[in-house]
Amino acid sequence: MNTLSKLTAIATVALVTFMVGCKPRGAQSAVGGDAAQKTYVAPGKYDEFYDFVSGGFSGQMSVYGLPSGRLFRVIPVFSVDPEKGYGYSEETKAMLNTSHGYVPWDDLHHIALSETNGIQDGRWVFANGNNTPRIARVDLKTFRTAEILEIPNSAGNHSSPFITENSEYVVAGTRFSVPLDNANGDVPINTYKQNFKGTVSFVKVDTSGRMSIAFQIQTPGVNFDLARAGKGKSHGWVFFSCYNSEKANTLLEVNASQRDKDFIMCVNWKKAEQYVKAGKAEKRTVAYAHNVYNENRHSATSEIEKEVLVLDPKNCPDMVYFMPCPKSPHGCDTDPSGEYIVGSGKLAAVIPVFSFTKIQKAIADKNYDGDYDGIPVLKYESVLHGEVQKPGLGPLHTEFDADGNAYTSFFVSSEIVKWRLSDLKVLDRVPTYYSVGHLSVPGGPTRKPWGKYVIAYNKITKDRYLPTGPELAQSAQLYDISGEKMKLLLDFPTIGEPHYAEAIPADLIVKNSQKIYRIEDNQNPFAAKGDANARVERKGNEVHAYITAIRSHFTPDNIEGVKLGDVVYFHVTNLEQDWDIPHGFAVKGANNAELLIMPGETQTLAWKPDRVGVFPIYCTDFCSALHQEMQGYVRVSVPGSNVPITFSTGKNEPTGPIAQNK
Amino acid sequence: MKKTFQILVALAMIFLISCNNSTQTPANPSATEASSDAGQANVKDDASMKDIVKVAVGSPDHTTLVSALKQADLVDVLANPGPFTVFAPTNEAFNKLPKGTLDDLMKPERKTDLQNILQYHVTTSALKADYFKDGQTLGMVNGDNITVSVKDGKIVLNNSATIVASVQASNGMVHIVDAVLLPPAKK
Repeated sequence: MNTLSKLTAIATVALVTFMVGCKPRGAQSAVGGDAAQKTYVAPGKYDEFYDFVSGGFSGQMSVYGLPSGRLFRVIPVFSVDPEKGYGYSEETKAMLNTSHGYVPWDDLHHIALSETNGIQDGRWVFANGNNTPRIARVDLKTFRTAEILEIPNSAGNHSSPFITENSEYVVAGTRFSVPLDNANGDVPINTYKQNFKGTVSFVKVDTSGRMSIAFQIQTPGVNFDLARAGKGKSHGWVFFSCYNSEKANTLLEVNASQRDKDFIMCVNWKKAEQYVKAGKAEKRTVAYAHNVYNENRHSATSEIEKEVLVLDPKNCPDMVYFMPCPKSPHGCDTDPSGEYIVGSGKLAAVIPVFSFTKIQKAIADKNYDGDYDGIPVLKYESVLHGEVQKPGLGPLHTEFDADGNAYTSFFVSSEIVKWRLSDLKVLDRVPTYYSVGHLSVPGGPTRKPWGKYVIAYNKITKDRYLPTGPELAQSAQLYDISGEKMKLLLDFPTIGEPHYAEAIPADLIVKNSQKIYRIEDNQNPFAAKGDANARVERKGNEVHAYITAIRSHFTPDNIEGVKLGDVVYFHVTNLEQDWDIPHGFAVKGANNAELLIMPGETQTLAWKPDRVGVFPIYCTDFCSALHQEMQGYVRVSVPGSNVPITFSTGKNEPTGPIAQNK
Repeated sequence: MKKTFQILVALAMIFLISCNNSTQTPANPSATEASSDAGQANVKDDASMKDIVKVAVGSPDHTTLVSALKQADLVDVLANPGPFTVFAPTNEAFNKLPKGTLDDLMKPERKTDLQNILQYHVTTSALKADYFKDGQTLGMVNGDNITVSVKDGKIVLNNSATIVASVQASNGMVHIVDAVLLPPAKK
């Protein structure tokens, strides 16, 4: 079997090489004549959709407009962003705290927009941190990261943050199995089969958006890859794809591809809730950070939480089932009706489509094919709706339109294939340029796909754009799916590496978008609400400067009395109450970033002067016609100097004969 | 009264937006309703503090000034981030001008002169009343200067116009004055 599959692989590669060689070069032939008209959004016009795109190894999330492909914003999530002071200001540092301390980077893969009744509602967007396991929530009123929750008993939060249809839960399945947090981790790596376990976590989202880990399920030591919640009839279930059922701990490239089938793990979370209620969960002592940004205090707090509830399927019958799925499944996608679950085996020659109705029947009939570490394995044929035959090479992900069609991305054959759920017939295929990973249809993972477009997120752009040295941009490609045939309309470069993305009709977000922070609501303890409160105070070797900013000056803008050895905290309050008028703040020589302070907000920059002298401060965001005049000075004196603390704006007039430097 | 003005502003906006749409080339049919191209003064924003234009439009004592600003194409300029200090003559102040002066300035062929006069009332920095000092010179947008005198707490410009009230706007300060300032005659 093994030799046979190797031969197939070689034949496949040969075939692909041949096909690529024959394919006409260039995209000109692939783009229709009306493509420009279909993607042109005139200056001053809004796009129809927001597209929230993961930034991969940049750790951030980017926001584009569709159909124009215009980039509106990069939201800092898991990585520091000196442009916005994120992770640098005293107020935001806590957002990046973890049980490992301050972690300034992560790898953001997947997007989940909040839903109500299975329809996108535009409140929040969730994202996963793949490296140091975390889930973030971004508030779509402000487009800011509002919360980051670390996931204990996990090592690589890849299978995340897929969401249930009323945003009851976002899930987190570990990519790596490991010795869990409270087990002895100092074990030989080749004792994987004895000592390594997996977990999937169910993170509760309350009505305010706040997250908490409701429970975890301990699983055999497989690798969890992706997941989707059921919807409609399958609401109450989550389906997790997993690979490495071989439990290999080295050279997975070969060793995790031995078995014909791996699994999709089906979790009945309503059952799990009952077991938690019945006290079947074990309380385990762990440590994980929970970071929350307070909109009124304009600052984050980080708490280390100490407990988590863990369910073991051995003690919880009828909660977890394995469903065989060919060859290292990656995508695991449920259709809008909730009836079909589509598995995409990275190395499979077919796309299996499973039926939720048949899964329920197989469970009722105990139609099992043995078990895997004590968990029942459903018989493949008994849960299968059917297989899409010869769809392409290297299927990865599937999204849906509202008309019963599915769209699957193929990495190896660089194409999107449209097929019909009812009879599993392939209807159309279009090339992508090149090597598509995820794809997305607006509303595609929900009960209500908005359709219109499918967007391919490509890994490779060799020769697609002007070259930029060894590293090239990744790209998104927009296809019109309103007709029978898919039509390429546009491609545009993306930041970092785009993995998953979700698009949502703009009006679901525009109506809630916040313009300013009201100064009356500013509860930052270091705010100076008005020039009368601007001041500089010494506390031991800390100097606290409470500074206000308004077009086009700082109050105070002349500060003296700082001494070498002091730490200066600039607490800058932007007094503006005007949309789109942030002020920036920077000081020469600071081993730090700038602050970018929104209207009505207070942010703090810490600075430890390294030498005696006069240091300029200035506004970094072109705020007004006199932006260049928005500046000031801080005098730093020798340690032990008797220069008193003084501060002012517009009062410190030049005096007497000008002192000459000696 | 305030309500009436809000309604008027709303009507004006609708008018401007609909005018604007009629001249626009049809873009992507799927593009949703968008901002108008009518300029910064027409940005829909109920959350921010009022800018200088909105302050002026909201004042029943400044209808003449608002008409003049429109005639001089200065409305969008004063909705810019600025910062500005605007000396805003009241309707009564305009009435004190020699008979016929204003009507004459409102004629299209006198637009440059009207702009020159109105720009003489604007400086690009946000000056609160307590920033003014006796003997101070202010450079105005039209290129000429104004002299400030401060006596017994009274701020007088060019020995002719007195500041009677001050209003903070989002993009600067509006100082209401009781006389129109006339720029020096061109040399």
